[in-house]
Amino acid sequence: MRRAVGDALSLPRAAYDRRPMDLRYTEEEEHFRDELRSWLASVLHDVPPVPDDHTDLVARRAYDTAWQAQLHDAGYAGIHWPAEFGGRGSTPTEHLIFLEETERAGAPYVGVNFVGQLHAGPTLIAEATDDQRSTHLAPILKGEHVWCQGFSEPGSGSDLASLSTRAVDDGDHYVVTGQKIWTSFAQVADYCELLVRTDPDARKHAGITWLIMPMDLDGIEIRPIDTALGSGEFAEMFLDEVRIPKINRVGDENDGWRVTNVTFSFERGTAFISEVISTQRLLADLAAVAQKVTRSSGTAWDDAGIRRELGRLDAELDALWSLTKRNVSQAQRTGMVGPGGSVFKLAYADVRKRMADLAERILGRAGLAIGESMDLSDLDHVGERLYTLTLTIAAGTSEIQRNIIGERLLGLPRER
Amino acid sequence: MDFELSDDQEALAEGVAALCEGRFDIDAVRAMADNGLDRGRWTELAETGVFSLCLSEADGGVGLGWAEAAVVFEQLGKTLVPGPLVATTLAAGLVDGAADGSVVVASVERTTGPAVIEHLGWADVLVIVDDDGLASVAVPELDATPHAQPLDPLTPVWTVAELPAGDRIGDAGAAASWRLRGSMLTAALQLGLAIGATDLAVAYAKEREQFGKPIGAFQAVKHRCADMITRVEVLRAAVYAAAVTLDGNGVDEPERTVAVAKILASHAAAMCGKDCVQIHGGMGYTWEVNAHLFLKRAWVHDLAFGDGDDLAGELARELAGNGAD
Repeated sequence: MRRAVGDALSLPRAAYDRRPMDLRYTEEEEHFRDELRSWLASVLHDVPPVPDDHTDLVARRAYDTAWQAQLHDAGYAGIHWPAEFGGRGSTPTEHLIFLEETERAGAPYVGVNFVGQLHAGPTLIAEATDDQRSTHLAPILKGEHVWCQGFSEPGSGSDLASLSTRAVDDGDHYVVTGQKIWTSFAQVADYCELLVRTDPDARKHAGITWLIMPMDLDGIEIRPIDTALGSGEFAEMFLDEVRIPKINRVGDENDGWRVTNVTFSFERGTAFISEVISTQRLLADLAAVAQKVTRSSGTAWDDAGIRRELGRLDAELDALWSLTKRNVSQAQRTGMVGPGGSVFKLAYADVRKRMADLAERILGRAGLAIGESMDLSDLDHVGERLYTLTLTIAAGTSEIQRNIIGERLLGLPRER
Repeated sequence: MDFELSDDQEALAEGVAALCEGRFDIDAVRAMADNGLDRGRWTELAETGVFSLCLSEADGGVGLGWAEAAVVFEQLGKTLVPGPLVATTLAAGLVDGAADGSVVVASVERTTGPAVIEHLGWADVLVIVDDDGLASVAVPELDATPHAQPLDPLTPVWTVAELPAGDRIGDAGAAASWRLRGSMLTAALQLGLAIGATDLAVAYAKEREQFGKPIGAFQAVKHRCADMITRVEVLRAAVYAAAVTLDGNGVDEPERTVAVAKILASHAAAMCGKDCVQIHGGMGYTWEVNAHLFLKRAWVHDLAFGDGDDLAGELARELAGNGAD
C-alpha cells in the first residue's frame, strides 16, 4: 500500500516505527562475539602453522580436520546448521560474527571441509533420508568425513545441466561411468556428492540424479591437476563402472537438479566474509609494502596514483563489507539472499583483481617470485595475485553471474 | 544488527517517489533549464518536509534521522530534481527560511581567486564554507557572472571574482558537520542518479530491437546492465552505512564511512551515466534522451563536497597508519 507523502513524512515521532537500519550489534550478538574471542584466544596458540607443502594433501587434510574436531568439541561446528542436526543453529548475524572473528584471529580456514560443511551437508539436511543423515552429518561436523564435489565435467562447465556421466540401473545399484573435473581434494576425500545422468532421453535438467559416492569403491581413478599457482588441490576423476548402491540416492531419481539447487537456499550472504576480512589485511600490508619499496627517487608510496588506488580499494572493500551486512540482514529477515549474492561475487572479484594489479605495480621486480617476502612482507602478494584469477571463474564465472543478474534481477530477456 | 530498510523507511521512499513522479516529471524538470528554479515546486518540497527532515521537532522540523534523509535524497537524485537541495537542507535551522522553502540556499568552499558556484543565481543566500566555520552572504550583494552554457543544463553556474568574508553563522565544528553531512547527502543523490541511469538503460535494452530481438538479450548489453546494477547495490550499501553511522547507529567513524560512500558514489554515478549513454547508441548522444542529464549531473556532484581522488588519498594515509607496526 502506498501511503501519501504527507503521511510518511509528518508522522509524529512516537508513531514512527523506530526500527530503522542499525549496524550495531545486539547485546546477545556481542556476548556471542566475546565468548568466541575468549575461546579462540585460549586455543589458537596451540594450533600449529599451516603445513608448508601445498602439494601434501594428506597433511592438509590432517590439519584441516583437526581444527574441525576442535570446533566441534567447543560447540562451534556447523555454526549455521540447525541444532537438530548437530549444528549450533546460529542466526545469520552470528554466522557473520563467527567468520569475522575466526579470520581476524588467524584461525585455520575451512579448507578440505568446505564441501561437507557448506554444500553436501546442507543438501543432506534438506533432502536426505533419516538414515543418510544419521550416517553422514555428524562425521562431517566432527571432521571425520571429508567430502568432494563431482559436478563439473570436461564438457559441462557453465552449462552444468548438460552433464553426461551415465548411471545405468542395475537392480539395487547404479553403475556409473564418466569423467568429472575440478573435484578439489578428491585425493583425500571419503565421499563425493555426485551428479549423474539417469535419463539420457529427458530434457537436460530432468534426467539428473544426486548420489552419495563413497570414494573407496572400485573403478574410481583420481588424477591430480596442477594449478597455475603450482598448488595441487585440483583433480579430475575417472569413473569406470562404479557400482553405487541405490540407497545412496538423495531425493528422487531424475530430481537431482532440484536437489542441487536446494543448497542455494542455505546461502545467507556469508560466503565471502573470511575473504573480505583477509583481503583488508592484505591491503593494509600492501600499503606498508609500498612504503618500503624504493624507486629511483623515494618509495612507491610517494606515487600519488598508487596512494589513491590503495584508498579506492580500501573504500570498495569497506562498501563490500557493508553489502555483506545488507545481504546477511536480508537473510535474517527473509531466509534468503537472492541475486544479491551474485552482485557481491561480481564486485568482490573485480576488487581483488584490481588489487592484484596494484600489488604488481608496487612490488616491481620483487614480484618475480612466488611465496617469498623478499624482506618486504610476511604475506604472499604474488601468490595472491595468481589466486585472484580463480575469483572470476570458480563457483560460476563472472559471465554467468552477469547473466543471472541481468535475467533474474533486471528481467532482461534470455539470449538462448 | 539489522541493515534492511524498515517499513516506514520504505514508505517514506515510496512517498517521495510519488511526489517526484507527480511534480518533478521530466518536462517540468527540463523547463527549469530555461526558466530557472520553479519556486512553487521548491516550496512543495519544503512543505513535504524534505529540507527540514533532520531538524528536530522542537525547531519545527520533522525530527527524522540521516538514514531517512539518504532515502529521500536517493529518490530526488533518481528523478533529477534540480536545485541546491543539499545546501538548503544543511542550512535548515541555520539560515532563516531555508526549512520552509522561502529562502533558497547555495553553498561553496572558500577559494582564493575566482569561485565557480552552482545554482547561485537561483539562490537567495550563499553559505561559504572553510575550516574556520560557515559564513553567509545575500546573493544580490555578490558581483556574479553567469555562464551561458553550464556543463549540466539543470545546474547553472556563476563565477564570483572574489568571495566576501560574509556573516559568521557557524564555527569550525559547524563547518565540519556541514561538509560531512553534505558529502553523505551528495552521495545519496549520486546513488539516485546511478539508479535512474540504470533504470533508463534497462528499459531501453528491453524495448529496442536489433537483429530481431531486444538488445538486452545480447550478453554485450546484458552484462553492461549487470555491471550497472552491481555498482548501484554496492554503492547503496555504502551510502546507507554512512547515513546510519551519522545517526549514531554505526560501528565505524562517521568520517570514514562518509568518505567511502562519496568515493564510490562519484565513480558509480559517472560510470552508470556513461553506460546509459552507450546502451542508447546514437540516441544516447541526443539532447532529447535523458541519458546525458544523468551523466552531467554525476560529473557536477563528483566535484561537490569532497572529490574522489582527495578522499581516496586520505583513506590511504589512514590505511598506512593502521598497517604500520
